[in-house]
Amino acid sequence: MSWILGALVFWGAAWALNAWLANSPYRGRRGTKIAVPLIFGLAVLVVWEGLVRGFGVSGVILPPPSVIWARIVLSVDILWVDFVQTFVKGALAGYLIGCAAALAVAVVIDRSPFLQQGLLPVGNFVAALPIVGIAPIMVMWFGFDWQSKAAVVVVMVFFPVLVNTVAGLAATDAMQRDLMKTYSASYVQTLVKLRLPAAMPFVFNGLKISTTLALIGAIVAEFFGSPIRGMGFRISTSVGQLALDMVWAEIAVAAVAGTAFYGVVAAVEKVVTFWHPSQRS
Amino acid sequence: MRRVLPVLVVTAAIVVIWYAASVWMNSTWTLDQAERAGETPTFGQIVADTMAQDRPLLPPPHQVAAELWELTAEKKITSKRSLVYHGWITLQATMLGFAVGAIMGIALAIGIVHSRTMDMSVMPWAIISQTVPIVAIAPMIIVLSNAVGIDGRTVPKTIISAYLSYFPVLVSMVKGLRSPDAMQLDLLRTYSASNAQTFWKLRLPASLPYFFASMKVAVAASLVGAIVGELPTGAIQGLGARMLIGSQFGEPMIMWTALFAAAILAAGLVFLVGLLERLALRLTGQGAP
Repeated sequence: MSWILGALVFWGAAWALNAWLANSPYRGRRGTKIAVPLIFGLAVLVVWEGLVRGFGVSGVILPPPSVIWARIVLSVDILWVDFVQTFVKGALAGYLIGCAAALAVAVVIDRSPFLQQGLLPVGNFVAALPIVGIAPIMVMWFGFDWQSKAAVVVVMVFFPVLVNTVAGLAATDAMQRDLMKTYSASYVQTLVKLRLPAAMPFVFNGLKISTTLALIGAIVAEFFGSPIRGMGFRISTSVGQLALDMVWAEIAVAAVAGTAFYGVVAAVEKVVTFWHPSQRS
Repeated sequence: MRRVLPVLVVTAAIVVIWYAASVWMNSTWTLDQAERAGETPTFGQIVADTMAQDRPLLPPPHQVAAELWELTAEKKITSKRSLVYHGWITLQATMLGFAVGAIMGIALAIGIVHSRTMDMSVMPWAIISQTVPIVAIAPMIIVLSNAVGIDGRTVPKTIISAYLSYFPVLVSMVKGLRSPDAMQLDLLRTYSASNAQTFWKLRLPASLPYFFASMKVAVAASLVGAIVGELPTGAIQGLGARMLIGSQFGEPMIMWTALFAAAILAAGLVFLVGLLERLALRLTGQGAP
């Protein structure tokens, strides 16, 4: 009972503190903007812990955060092997190949209006399809190891990046292109100095969407067969053994990896597109 | 016609490349068989054989189309092999998840627009929630709902597709509900409109275009969620389950037809949402003339 009460009191106190912070004169400060969601997250964890302990929920249904943390600390080596297999080899390799290919194809089809008009609707259409479905086919083609996972990721990230880049390359206005012409800039010069930089906000939009897709693709592909390591493999086997603390530990790693991946791309975006209004305020 | 031609050419090019690739990829098997029989097939024989294998690495388009036609139009809907049947199972979970996700997204957006505390504490976590690969959680959601005593897979599939589809709705609705500018909000204040009146008469109608734009993304996402929800624990019904079965039994045609059925379903859903959008915008007087 005391666990439940404590959790509820903590929740109320945290919410009151957040409400005060959000309406206080400090609300514009950077520290406050980070502190408020952190307090909220902490409150969720405390409520989780309190309710699970208070109601005596079995660890087979939902383990409390403290147990999950203990599991993470105990099995760092397993988690690391899985992380390398799924994230570094599967998701990251596929992401880099897929994005590079999409950027290259976008620059090429940008030269031909005919290809643009033809490929854009097709690309937009394909981007809306459930591409994860190709995972079993890729596993059949490339085998169980990380190559098949990377192949799924390549296809999944290709279309969002392609569509966004093509849109971005069209983002310069006639005045700017005319200016380059008066400088008698060549095609390559115009591309490198004007159009690619101008396309960057769009490109990064695609790159950011793709970070989540990459992880999803890599993990889903592991459901169709994988060597005895990898996050998706570990999760499905641990669920079978009812080792839910291990499952949650993998989920925590996946969450941190996904968030960090997104954060890194967003940080690079900030550096590259420092001139864009959305980055300046 | 001018806009259709490039699309047709590109599509035709894709089909041609597909045929070429399937000849190339399937020929390994053909040559292998011929070598074992001690024959040297001519190029024409190789091509003919690659067009009609039982377990091709890459089935040519007409083979997929024929199989698709057989499994949808010619099979009885009640048959366990009928794709209409499996598609219906997946569609149910998709629509449920889509509805739950949309309602959740809208509710959260309303809260966020009206409460600064909620905006500051929930919004960052909503973003983080999308960087968590939900598929990682899918097997656990299924076990959890079984442990709580929910039979069947509809509920876990619904949860997964709701999780994937709420976010686009949330982001667009926050944008949409905030889209009325200060002048319009001031006007309503001069009418001494209450918060609720401002919401129903200004904010909600103004958010409609944003709402429908996000619906298209959300419906595609919730189909992905439903398919992924069928993968991890050996479901036997639904398009995702067909893919898994095809993979486990080494039957490429099952995988390919399930993949295309899913693609057709996705295209149909997006098209439907587009129709609804045009209708709703016209009814509220915001549509293009």
